[in-house]
Amino acid sequence: MYDSGKVIIGIAVFLAFVMFPFYINIGVVVEKPEPCLDTPVIQALEIKECVKPAHIMRATHIALLDNWKDLASRYGERLFVTEDKREFDISLQMTCMHCHSNYERFCMECHAFVAIDVGCWECHVVPEKETMR
Amino acid sequence: MISRRQFLKIAGISAACGIGMAATSSFIKAGASRSDDTRDRLIAKRWGMFIDTRKIDENDRERIINACHSIHNVPNFDNPRHAVKWIWTEEFIRAFPEQRGEFIAEKLIQKPILVLCNNCSNPPCVRVCPTQATFKRERDGLVLMDFHRCFGCRYCMAGCPYGARSFNFWDPKPYIEEINPEFPTRMMGVVEKCSFCYQRIDRGIIPACVEVSNGAMVVGDLSDPGSEIRILLREHITIRRRPELGTEPNVFYKI
Ligand code: HEC
Ligand code: HEC
Ligand code: HEC
Repeated sequence: MYDSGKVIIGIAVFLAFVMFPFYINIGVVVEKPEPCLDTPVIQALEIKECVKPAHIMRATHIALLDNWKDLASRYGERLFVTEDKREFDISLQMTCMHCHSNYERFCMECHAFVAIDVGCWECHVVPEKETMR
Repeated sequence: MISRRQFLKIAGISAACGIGMAATSSFIKAGASRSDDTRDRLIAKRWGMFIDTRKIDENDRERIINACHSIHNVPNFDNPRHAVKWIWTEEFIRAFPEQRGEFIAEKLIQKPILVLCNNCSNPPCVRVCPTQATFKRERDGLVLMDFHRCFGCRYCMAGCPYGARSFNFWDPKPYIEEINPEFPTRMMGVVEKCSFCYQRIDRGIIPACVEVSNGAMVVGDLSDPGSEIRILLREHITIRRRPELGTEPNVFYKI
C-alpha cells in the first residue's frame, strides 16, 4: 500500500473530527427539561388540565397550533371545544399564553433543550418580555 | 421470482397509496375540528360599510384612526414614505379623482376623507397574490390576510388601486407606541392592511372604527335588503372609490 502512514493519520484525524460531538459530551449530565406549571392562572384552575391531555399536548402542540392558526385566520373559527366540553377562544396569545404566562420557564424550558427557535415570536407577543424568542 | 419491473410497479403503487392516504388523513384531521358553532359571531353574506363624511370632523378622524392603529399594533415609522396605514385620510380629490368636474365645490377639493380597504367584491389583490396569503373569505366576502403566508412580494400593493396596503420596510416593533398584548405585531418584510376587524367580527364585536365613530360609520350585510346599511343606502346618495375599475368596492361614502 502506498503512503499507508499518511492515510492512517488522515483516517484518525477524520474520525477524531467526526466523533467530536460524542467525546465532548462524555460525562456531561443534561437535565431533563421540567416545564413549570406554576402560574397564577393555572394555580386558580379547578381542573388542572390543558386543552388536550398533557401527553398529547407534549407530542402534538405543534400540529394543534398550526390547526388553530388556520382555523382563526383562514376560516374565522374562534371557538375550540375540548373533549370534556370546556370552551376556549382560539388564540395563541390570549389562550395558551394566558395559562402558560411563564414563557421562559415553560415553552423555553423544552425548546432550549431541543435547540429550536420558534419563529412565532417575531410577531406574536410573549407576556411581559415582548421581543424575547 | 419477481422481476425488477414488477417490483418497481408494486413499489410505485404502494408509495402512491401511502401518499394518498397520508394526504387524506391529514385533510380529515384538519377538517374534523372545524365546528359549525356560529354562536358569538356577527354574520353577513357580504359585509359593507357606510361612511357619512358630513358627520366626521377632525377630532373624530383622529380618534377613529387611533382606535384602529392602537389595537392592531400598527407601527408609526418616521419616514412618511414607509408609513403603515390601515385607515387614514386622503384629500377628497385624490380619493375620488373621477369627481373632478369643472365647477366642483371648492370646499370639497381638499376635504379629508377617511379611507380604508374597500373589501372589494372583485379584489385585484387576491388575484395577484402568489401564495393565497390574501384571500376572499367565502362565508362573508371579507378580503383578508393570512399573515403567516405573506412573504412580502408586494404584488398586492401594485394590484390595489386604493393604496390600502403597506409594507414593513423595517422591524415594526420599536415603532409601536404601546403594544396591545391581545393582537400580534408583524415583522419586517410582510404586507399588512385593514382586516375589517375580522378578529372582532368573529367574536361578535363590531369593527373598532365603527365603534368609536358615533354613528358616522355603519357596517352591515349588503345582501340583506332589510339591513340597516341597505336602508341607509336607499335613503342617501352615496359614491364609491374608483368604481370604473370594476373592483366593486363595498365601502360607500355619503359626501
Ligand atoms: C386552561 C389553562 C391552559 C391553557 C389555555 C393551555 N394550557 Fe397547556 N397546560 C395546562 C396545564 C394545567 C397543563 C398540565 C396538564 C397535566 O399535567 O396534566 C398543561 C400542559 C401543557 C403541555 C405539556 C407540558 C408537559 O409537562 O409536558 C404543553 C406542551 C402545553 N400545555 C402547551 C399548551 C399550548 C400550546 C396551549 C395553547 C394551544 C396551551 N397549552 C393552553 C394549562 C393550559
Ligand atoms: C414538553 C416540552 C415542550 C413544551 C412545554 C413546549 N414545547 Fe413547543 N416544542 C417542543 C418540541 C420538542 C418541539 C420540536 C418538535 C419537532 O421539531 O418535531 C416543539 C416545537 C414547537 C413549535 C414548532 C416550531 C417550529 O418552528 O417548527 C411551536 C410553534 C411550539 N413548539 C410552540 C410552543 C409553545 C407556544 C409552548 C408554550 C405554551 C410550547 N411550545 C411548549 C416541546 C415543547
Ligand atoms: C408575520 C407575523 C406572524 C408570524 C411570524 C406568526 N404569526 Fe400567527 N398571527 C399573526 C397575525 C397578524 C395573526 C392574526 C391575529 C388574529 O386574527 O387575531 C395571527 C394569528 C395566529 C393564530 C390565531 C389567532 C390568535 O390570536 O392567536 C394562531 C394560533 C397563530 N397565529 C399561531 C402562530 C404560530 C404557532 C406561529 C409560529 C409557528 C405564528 N403564528 C407566527 C402574525 C404572525
